[in-house]
Amino acid sequence: MPTMPVPDAAILARRSQIVADLRAIVPGEGVIDAEEERRAYECDGLNIYRALPMVVVLPSTVAQVAAVMKYCQANGIKIVPRGAGTGLSGGALPLEDGILLGMAKFNKVLEIDFANRCARVQPGVTNLGITQAVQHAGFYYAPDPSSQIACTIGGNVAENSGGVHCLKYGLTTNNVLGVEMVTMAGEVIRLGGKHLDAGGYDLLGIVVGSEGLLGVVTEVTVRLLRKPETARAVLVGFPSLEDGGNCVAQIIAEGIVPGGIEMMDKPAIHAAEAFVNAGYPLDVESLLIVELDGPQAEVDELIANVERIARENNAVTSRISESEEERMRFWAGRKAAFPAVGRISPDYICMDGTIPRKRLADVLRGISDIAAKHGVGVANVFHAGDGNLHPLILFDANKDGELLAAEACGADILRLCVAAGGVLTGEHGVGIEKRDLMPSMFDEDDLATQMRLKCAFDADGLLNPGKVFPQLHRCAEMGRMRVHKGQVPFPNLPRF
Amino acid sequence: MDFKPTNAKQLQECVAYAAAEGETLRVQGLGTKAALGRPTQAARTLDLSALAGDVEYEPEELVLTCNAATKMRDILLLLEQRAQMLAFEPPDLGALYGASEADSGSIGGALAANLGGPRRIKMGSARDHFLGFSGVSGRGEEFKAGSKVVKNVTGYDLPKIVAGSMGTLAVLDRVTVKVMPAGAKTRSVLVFGLDPMKAVAAMVDALNSPWEVSGAAYLPKRAAARSSVDHVAQASASVTAIRVEGTAVSVAARCEALCRSLGAFGPVEELHTMRSLKLWREIRDVAALLPDRNAAIWRVSVAPTQGPAVAAASDADWFCDWGGGLVWLAVPAAGDAHAAAIRASFAEGHATLMRAPDALRLAVPVFEPPSAGVAALNRGVKAQFDPKGILNPGRLSEAY
Repeated sequence: MPTMPVPDAAILARRSQIVADLRAIVPGEGVIDAEEERRAYECDGLNIYRALPMVVVLPSTVAQVAAVMKYCQANGIKIVPRGAGTGLSGGALPLEDGILLGMAKFNKVLEIDFANRCARVQPGVTNLGITQAVQHAGFYYAPDPSSQIACTIGGNVAENSGGVHCLKYGLTTNNVLGVEMVTMAGEVIRLGGKHLDAGGYDLLGIVVGSEGLLGVVTEVTVRLLRKPETARAVLVGFPSLEDGGNCVAQIIAEGIVPGGIEMMDKPAIHAAEAFVNAGYPLDVESLLIVELDGPQAEVDELIANVERIARENNAVTSRISESEEERMRFWAGRKAAFPAVGRISPDYICMDGTIPRKRLADVLRGISDIAAKHGVGVANVFHAGDGNLHPLILFDANKDGELLAAEACGADILRLCVAAGGVLTGEHGVGIEKRDLMPSMFDEDDLATQMRLKCAFDADGLLNPGKVFPQLHRCAEMGRMRVHKGQVPFPNLPRF
Repeated sequence: MDFKPTNAKQLQECVAYAAAEGETLRVQGLGTKAALGRPTQAARTLDLSALAGDVEYEPEELVLTCNAATKMRDILLLLEQRAQMLAFEPPDLGALYGASEADSGSIGGALAANLGGPRRIKMGSARDHFLGFSGVSGRGEEFKAGSKVVKNVTGYDLPKIVAGSMGTLAVLDRVTVKVMPAGAKTRSVLVFGLDPMKAVAAMVDALNSPWEVSGAAYLPKRAAARSSVDHVAQASASVTAIRVEGTAVSVAARCEALCRSLGAFGPVEELHTMRSLKLWREIRDVAALLPDRNAAIWRVSVAPTQGPAVAAASDADWFCDWGGGLVWLAVPAAGDAHAAAIRASFAEGHATLMRAPDALRLAVPVFEPPSAGVAALNRGVKAQFDPKGILNPGRLSEAY
């Protein structure tokens, strides 16, 4: 596990006083003190890393959140926000000397405004819960991470979550209009609202995806979209990874933006087929699910084009869904890919890099070499439209050294993604998992610029420290200007 | 003496010099939006116009990277050759700001001002398509942020905070944007003679339909009469316009469905390719529809159903876009240019004084004054990027 900040003994020594003080702010069962109950919060979806929080607080009002934050600020106590704890990068990993602030009690849909195509919800409402609240009128909330049944919109805001429909409909950041947020100082602010544009600094834009380092979101205004008239999918198998990749490139080059394009490699196809019997061909090297959604006339026209493009790229099998039931069956295997892999391997970790799509075949070959080098297995699923790759590293944590090998393999894979012109994470976030890899993508000045932004929100570094950035620096130290009058000669200034 | 760097290294040295000396800089791309924002007093102009070109365009990857002062016009032409577009539909404000010809400025300027056109309602604004950049902060440090791929959540999303910052946080050197396929065909459905409330109801109906509307605007009779599109100008009535884009078959089918549903609101007519393109350019670029060159121009972003109330708050010449959510107002450039009345007409939203004489833009906050808590964060953000306040001082507000 990556090194975490050393727990502050002085804070731990005051633990019972802190618990008593918090009980005065959040009464009743809202403060969890007993160790066996705190254990339930010791990890998030990245369950290979665990830590017991000093105390868990479950506020139920914005005033309580504000009071807790003020208290932490005044007393120098660290705080880690948490939604449903489904995150895959360890963003909600507790700190042993910190408060874990669970937002699960904020679970109400506050307002649905169809005329303005938006909804105001509390952060503990699940992603799917939003769609369920509006689907009676033919609307939905577009970003759909695979954990959507459990993950909360507050967590989605923190992680800037994606899903299979991002290429056409955007990530969380493109679908959130506003938030109410409590700052580390305990101040309640509102950013954005039902309107689309706000001039000035786009604080909302940086709060989304800030992994709980800038504030605690207490309300979210999301865009609602009208459900497409229809959706159809085509399932295509290719004799090579290159052919599948070329097919995706040609679909996009011809101006088609599918609702989703998913690719699986052979190990993933086999695992999924064995698990759900989706009818996937087993003798292909790559399988593509292309889903087109929109007006019926358009979908019918475009799906025929996609089938033609697939043929032109050497597809060996191709099936168009003729019913909603068949479309769902195409997806069943892909949606079950993670649990399917969980069946063939005692443990797995799901990586999340993005690459330029044209590098797909090389990168997948590179991943296979890396996995072999580390002695672990790998299966790949891929949001092919936007180049977001999810290698699943297969290992057995009960065997000596395999967890370390899997972690090392994951790090090498992500370095490969960066070297190919891509990024460390497309939708899962940096958290603790990729924290120490940040320097492979950003140099010191890049990182300092980002870390200084946190200083504007949290000068004492109390909010979720130890996540995202590999080193902690004091804001005062980072704030110093490096150049001083007279020290730097400027011989080549282009003055006119 | 002004600075005109010709490469990234020179740019960094210019800003580092200014930071060391505490000299203020007027950061300028091609200058087409120089009159947007509070008037800036600066010791020197940092002229970025030489930092243009070097375009890396990969249509299949849906990304384009180029130097920030590359002309928007050149980029749009390049994209057109591959049937792609900048989906946020950047406006050409040349005429609005009194240029003799159309001038959409540079891509860096469009991103720094974060302006989106009519397609904003469906596809987002400049911020939503701004993937990454390299540039120089007010500390004189070169840094990069974001990436060159379409899906990335690594670290803070700094392109967002730079979009709309009007050059007050960092100077852009190179930018990467997401590009999208352009619809092969475009058509509009016009509904004639609606009052503002009915028009908003008609636009809600269209926007809430499954017909993937990519533009919804309302031109009161006065604004409609100024259009160069004959069907609109000769209507002698208000015009509500709904746009669809896509393949030929799809556009025809969706227009037919929209004509049927919108027929319940008033007489309808379809506007085909060239006329539709022309109308939406006028709506996007504003000047043709609100032509009084002496008027002050407001751009008000509110919840779409609040549009008519904003329009009614002043005796303004006006029209609205974004289904009612973007109200353009032309008012006399006198007094406070109705700032108080306009800003009191909505509870939640943002009014920008897009065009007014310098004195008026000093007297009236050009951008919506934020709450005290947000203002404090804004000051903090500015101080972190530009501690000495050398980049475009006062362009966004008195304090930053």
